[in-house]
Amino acid sequence: MEAARCVTFGQYLRPHFYLLLLIFLRNGPHTVEGVWPLPQTFTSSIERSPLSPEAFYFEYGSQSAAQQGCSVLDAAFTRYFPLIFPDYTGEVAERLLLDLKAPLAKVPVTTTIPSQWGLIHYLTRFYCIPDNLSVSARQASLNAETVWGALRGLETFSQLVYQDDFGAHFYHYFVNKTEIVDFPRFQFRGILLDTSRHYLPVKTILQTLDAMAYSKFNVFHWHIVDDPSFPYQSRTYPDLSSKGAFHPMTHIYTQSDVRRVISHARLWGIRVLPEFDSPGHTASWGKGQSDLLTPCYRGSSLSGTFGPVNPVLPSTYQFMARLFKEVSSVFPDSHIHLGGDEVNFSCWSSNPDIRAFMKKMGFGVDFTKLEAFYMENIVNITSALNKTAIVWQDVFDYHELIPKDTVLHIWKGTPASYQAELSRMTKAGMKVLLAAPWYINHISYGQDWHQYYNVQPLDFPGTEEQKKLVIGGEVCMWGEYVDATNLTPRLWPRASAAAERLWSDEKQTSSADKAFPRFQDLRCKLVRRGIRAEPLYVGHCKHEYQGV
Amino acid sequence: ELALLLLTLGFSRGLQPGPRDDYEESAETERVFAASKYGSLWPLPQKVKISDVSFKLTGVTFRITDAKGSSSGASCSLLQNAYRRYYEYIFGGSRVQHGAEGRRAGPSVLTELQVLIVSADSECERFPAVTSDESYELTVDQPYAVLKAPKVWGALRGLETFSQLVYEDEYGAKSINSTTISDFPRFAHRGILLDTSRHFLPIKVILANLEAMAMNKFNVFHWHIVDDQSFPYMSRTFPHISQQGAYHPYTHVYTPADVKMVIEFGRLRGIRVVPEFDTPGHTQSWGKGQKDLLTPCYSGDKPSGSFGPVNPILNTTYDFMSKFFKEISGVFPDAYVHLGGDEVDFNCWKSNPDIQKFMEQQGFGQDFSKLESFYIQKLLDIVATTQKGYMIWQEVFDNGVKLKPDTVVHVWIGGGANEEMGKVTAAGYTTILSAPWYLDYISYAQDWQKYYKVEPLNFKGTEAQKKLVIGGEACLWGEYVDATNLTPRLWPRASAVGERLWSAVDVTDINDAFSRLSVHRCRMVERGIPAEPLFSSYCPREYKGI
Repeated sequence: MEAARCVTFGQYLRPHFYLLLLIFLRNGPHTVEGVWPLPQTFTSSIERSPLSPEAFYFEYGSQSAAQQGCSVLDAAFTRYFPLIFPDYTGEVAERLLLDLKAPLAKVPVTTTIPSQWGLIHYLTRFYCIPDNLSVSARQASLNAETVWGALRGLETFSQLVYQDDFGAHFYHYFVNKTEIVDFPRFQFRGILLDTSRHYLPVKTILQTLDAMAYSKFNVFHWHIVDDPSFPYQSRTYPDLSSKGAFHPMTHIYTQSDVRRVISHARLWGIRVLPEFDSPGHTASWGKGQSDLLTPCYRGSSLSGTFGPVNPVLPSTYQFMARLFKEVSSVFPDSHIHLGGDEVNFSCWSSNPDIRAFMKKMGFGVDFTKLEAFYMENIVNITSALNKTAIVWQDVFDYHELIPKDTVLHIWKGTPASYQAELSRMTKAGMKVLLAAPWYINHISYGQDWHQYYNVQPLDFPGTEEQKKLVIGGEVCMWGEYVDATNLTPRLWPRASAAAERLWSDEKQTSSADKAFPRFQDLRCKLVRRGIRAEPLYVGHCKHEYQGV
Repeated sequence: ELALLLLTLGFSRGLQPGPRDDYEESAETERVFAASKYGSLWPLPQKVKISDVSFKLTGVTFRITDAKGSSSGASCSLLQNAYRRYYEYIFGGSRVQHGAEGRRAGPSVLTELQVLIVSADSECERFPAVTSDESYELTVDQPYAVLKAPKVWGALRGLETFSQLVYEDEYGAKSINSTTISDFPRFAHRGILLDTSRHFLPIKVILANLEAMAMNKFNVFHWHIVDDQSFPYMSRTFPHISQQGAYHPYTHVYTPADVKMVIEFGRLRGIRVVPEFDTPGHTQSWGKGQKDLLTPCYSGDKPSGSFGPVNPILNTTYDFMSKFFKEISGVFPDAYVHLGGDEVDFNCWKSNPDIQKFMEQQGFGQDFSKLESFYIQKLLDIVATTQKGYMIWQEVFDNGVKLKPDTVVHVWIGGGANEEMGKVTAAGYTTILSAPWYLDYISYAQDWQKYYKVEPLNFKGTEAQKKLVIGGEACLWGEYVDATNLTPRLWPRASAVGERLWSAVDVTDINDAFSRLSVHRCRMVERGIPAEPLFSSYCPREYKGI
């Protein structure tokens, strides 16, 4: 893994800006509290310094373990430059430079630079002033253990920079003197998107990844297939998507689509966690893979419908082994989500072969045992592939004897019931991921973000050791009523409420009312960055969304 | 012919209830999707006969033309623009693709839609009105299809219907079945309310929604243009109101040119623009730029620094209103202006000693609704001199204000809306219904069905009373809505209201509606409107935006 110890932003000041600074201070200082999610420790002063996009550049510190050529940070510099200076274009800058006859002796800008992209590459330099993220008059420096920390710090820095109305054509960007030491409260901060109930175009997924990084989410849980459709184009079993997708050409994710999503996510410091949910939620699998699903019976004859994956045939496990072998090589993440939820037993119980198998295994009529048998086999397949399994809570509820490193994913119930579940699972020594309070596909009138914000993930009976087993949480956007037309405004900024809960210190962020202005500020920042984030309440953004 | 079946979306067979979802999924979400015999027509026309005989259309050969003898011709840009618009909708990007095959028109190729305006005055240059004739007859047959309408307004509706009859066959070729349709709206007033005060809506967003309204045969854009939160309307007479009262004096205002553009864009689609300038409540933003307009509130015997509703006791108030509404009546050509009159908070009036004194003088006692009526009465008289009719929210009627006989009373208060409709019509006033159609109230799952199941005439009253119900409006108040989420939140939920207001009273089959609306939704998406999905499914061409 790449590691950077420090990244530095350089800043050349011009006397011209000092004069403006004085004018502004008379109008009252801009109070900076605009970082979302709130950093762990944060001190800022009203002392501010202007930033000039012509003179600003990123560079690697000389002590940094990562240097130019580090793909993640090189790309991050390119991305963050326009996010820090939203109005700025290279062409204008060129003119501006000539107009101002600015002293740029130390910055070798030539007048032939065509665009901001050229400019930033050209300005990349190397030097280092060790610190955490600290912004002072002439330079800012960012220290991080890894490139991933540097990415989070860059996001924070970009949110610290603001513009004033006055003299907008001169690009007056400012940043206050600030010191930040920051780290996430939970290591797993995920968003689930469901590309089975509606197909989401790759472009929509990529934009969601961008927005995730703006709120410091770090896991994209890709619920890629389910009952309604199978859009993943498998190289081993191409029939799964050619028969099981909504459309075999236009509504699939090709291998290169998947690679693109993974590499885009990586550049933003986001893991891609694929979910291939079985044995339930697999209706679409059956279209392209005969004998995979259980044939249901009505009385003594076949009904023509199919139920969950057939757990009694050896061919099922051969198929799964090959499919997961492919999946584990396509998706580089160390974890894989195996689903295991909501298995409907009525089809299994209608089937005489299944009943015979139950008898042979001594399961009686307890179909949870059959489900557990199936899941155990699937978990064994994936652990043989060196992947750690994540499963929905149903698997634990039915069968507590699952490999210790398996992560359990809580999705059901009221606070009282998921708290009890957290207690039980962590007591059994299992790692847990919480999604139950963050089903944001459930919409309602008004400011429902409060309920996502006010969740207390560790508020359950248990020891300190137990609490440490809660590795994080996940916001779920199930797809029944969501596609490319409405996903983004439903997701943002509501998901960002959960992002702060998962990143920030709970004591410092205990009041939704106090967070409200900062949250509104974030929403407008998202809109400014082209994300269709919906409003929290009446009001306006300086730059409204420009699409339809 | 299997033609109609091919319209189906890819609803998967054997859908199971929702994903790890602790909500109780209602039975209707498990419905198996079946194509409607009416294809994707929305709203359903009054009389439809679709035969199995189908024709092909190709972008190269197909034309929409003025029929011989039509009172409308090349000089009627309203229709010429509509021809082009519907040609584009029908053929989209595919006209090049399928160009070659249609060069020689065979017998099964439909090459022309002739549009015949039969009335001597096509009304092409006029503005649509509540009395406009929107009826039309459409015959799709060889050698050409004919769309016959008394006025251009009916032709616009018929063009939309024609475009909805076109579908793609299994090879992607455009097809249409031999069809006869005779159609007219059940209600004359079919509106959408957008609120540009709680959030500013860029012009582009308003225009896109006018497009979507035309796709659903809505004909009134109720522009709730100002309210407490902001005053984006740039007045020529009182420019300081938007300078002070808009969210931003340059970027968050509607200039006279903007307003004109919206009105003309609406007119070209047969959509009236009815502006609302709500008073005496909901006027905080007016007060920022217009001194002495609002009532100063008192705390004890001192002004508290805050302001209440419009001050009804000053002559300057009425001078202002005269000038202001004179401007409005010139800027907005529609015969009606909406004067609001809802939710007046009496606390501030109560606190103000001058108001109390005035109440005493007038013999109003402590009944502030009398003061409200006093204000509204004077305002209505002012507006009447501008030759405009007015619409008002129901409270004005409830408070016993004397109204002109052509006043439209707007029923909005949920719970008791049916009784209110009975009362208003018993008093002889025309009325429109919004109470069940507050689309800003969102909830999980298929709430369009709730809007669809409303029957506007479901109140106790005589036939004559029912005739006074001229329609309804879907309201999308702006507290939680702006350019980022307005369009998917409005469509296709408002489409449910659109069909209720256009189609016959017995069009109530929710399964058939689901089927037609699903395809209609995809058609809106294809035309660039991000209309949200009804349930798990797909559109052949998904939304291209992000």
